[in-house]
Amino acid sequence: MRFYQSRYLTQGLAKILIWVASLFSIAVMILILIQILSEGIPVISLNFLLDHPRSMGREGGIFSTIIGTAALTGLAIIFATPLGVGTAIFLREYTRESRVSRIIRFGTDCLAGIPSIIFGLFGFIFFVIYLNLGWSILSGGLTLASMILPTIICTAEEAIKAIPYSYREVSYSLGGTKWQTITRTILPNALPGIFTGVILSVGRSIGETAAVILTAGSSLVMPTSIFSPIRTMAVHFYILAREGVSMEMAYGTGAVLIIMVLLVNTIANLLLNRYIRQRT
Amino acid sequence: MSESVKISIKDFSFYYEEQPALLHINMEIPSNKIFSIFGPARSGKTTLLKSLNRLTDLIFGVRHTGTILLDGRDIYDEKHSVTQLRRRVGMVFDLPTPLPISIFDNIAYGPRLNGITQKKRLNEIVEKALRSAVLWEEVKDRLHTSALRLSGGQQQRLCIARVLALEPEVLLLDEPCSGLDPISTANIEETLLQLKKDYTIVLVPHNIQQASRVADRTAFLLNGELIEEGPTYEIFTRPKDKRTEDYVTGRFG
Repeated sequence: MRFYQSRYLTQGLAKILIWVASLFSIAVMILILIQILSEGIPVISLNFLLDHPRSMGREGGIFSTIIGTAALTGLAIIFATPLGVGTAIFLREYTRESRVSRIIRFGTDCLAGIPSIIFGLFGFIFFVIYLNLGWSILSGGLTLASMILPTIICTAEEAIKAIPYSYREVSYSLGGTKWQTITRTILPNALPGIFTGVILSVGRSIGETAAVILTAGSSLVMPTSIFSPIRTMAVHFYILAREGVSMEMAYGTGAVLIIMVLLVNTIANLLLNRYIRQRT
Repeated sequence: MSESVKISIKDFSFYYEEQPALLHINMEIPSNKIFSIFGPARSGKTTLLKSLNRLTDLIFGVRHTGTILLDGRDIYDEKHSVTQLRRRVGMVFDLPTPLPISIFDNIAYGPRLNGITQKKRLNEIVEKALRSAVLWEEVKDRLHTSALRLSGGQQQRLCIARVLALEPEVLLLDEPCSGLDPISTANIEETLLQLKKDYTIVLVPHNIQQASRVADRTAFLLNGELIEEGPTYEIFTRPKDKRTEDYVTGRFG
């Protein structure tokens, strides 16, 4: 009798703990959102979005930082996606589990755990100084690309791994070459998983601060090419808040940042669901 | 002419790592007949079938000795392309394996690999293949819906149609009715009997009854060895080997 009672007690306690854990996580998230958005949304206006910053960001808008964020993130994704997906294809389709594949996987796992400021330092030394690219969109984009590469490799590899062996067998049995099998069966079926990794990486790139300050600079001037230095929204927020320029503008920038990340995620999810529905 | 040999298997042995799966198989498969290969589980039927179009190449750590001739030419000859071989020797697997794309795209997959992109030509190929596999009437109004929404029996006939779209010479069928109900099975057997006019068919039957219903010649495999081979009727009524008789009469297996 006692045994049964203790079992039910454990069960009840576990349930309460799990509920508390998830409620707590959600509460933290909601508090952050409410804090930033309630302070920030009143600041947002069309002028705020489309004006250039004036007097160090104390007045005017944040247009150049929106452009900077988009350019840097876009460039990072353009560099990292083909490299990451290519590596994942290599690991799953061109090599078996071997010493080489284990070394690559170990390397990417380590890379994923390195703090972003270290990537910033690497980017500063290698891209900015050694390759003489200066503080620029290009240096920053390349640095961010190396930072998100492990995420893209890992998610793409998982997505490719999940494809049934029978799909490959069918494609080969119909006279497909390896390359045809990869482009016509493996990649289309891995696309939702690859996409998820890319979206995660977009989120990380948009929010990255430390690595960006060191490689793309913090110039408020509107960029003219990928060799121009820029300031992203995250960096702008950091500088406004840290140097006490204007808390009001900082919250406005933060709110725009959060809304942008939410928008990207929502749109990506919609697209993804449509793609999956079409295929089933 | 109808008795001409399509495939000859010469002293063919096959190993997974060092585990033998087939041992010294010698066999001749005639054109335009249904040739069935039966035997208990793990007797090497699927390995033999997959060796005929070299799908075994995809598995790591396998090796073979002896050879297989298709129309008198060695299929393992370095000079022949594997993809070309697989177009000539099509395979249908034991479970329906539609790709998660539309019915049309499934059938057009093979022809497109071959570089056929003209819409009109593809339409013709798809219709012809679906008619040959006796599926056209059921799906002609929903060619562009996902193949995953078909029933099991329809999916398996789709897989047959997908192979037929390549106009192969040989069809390999590995227990094509294993997951299907008796009516779908009858449909597929009917289809096979119609197809043997134009194709050489090698079938691993789902059970002994199926072999006796459709096969012209039959081979019995046991533990990777060919026990005996001959006209189906004789194998089932007057087997020469004791082991065949025991298996056919249900004394083991």
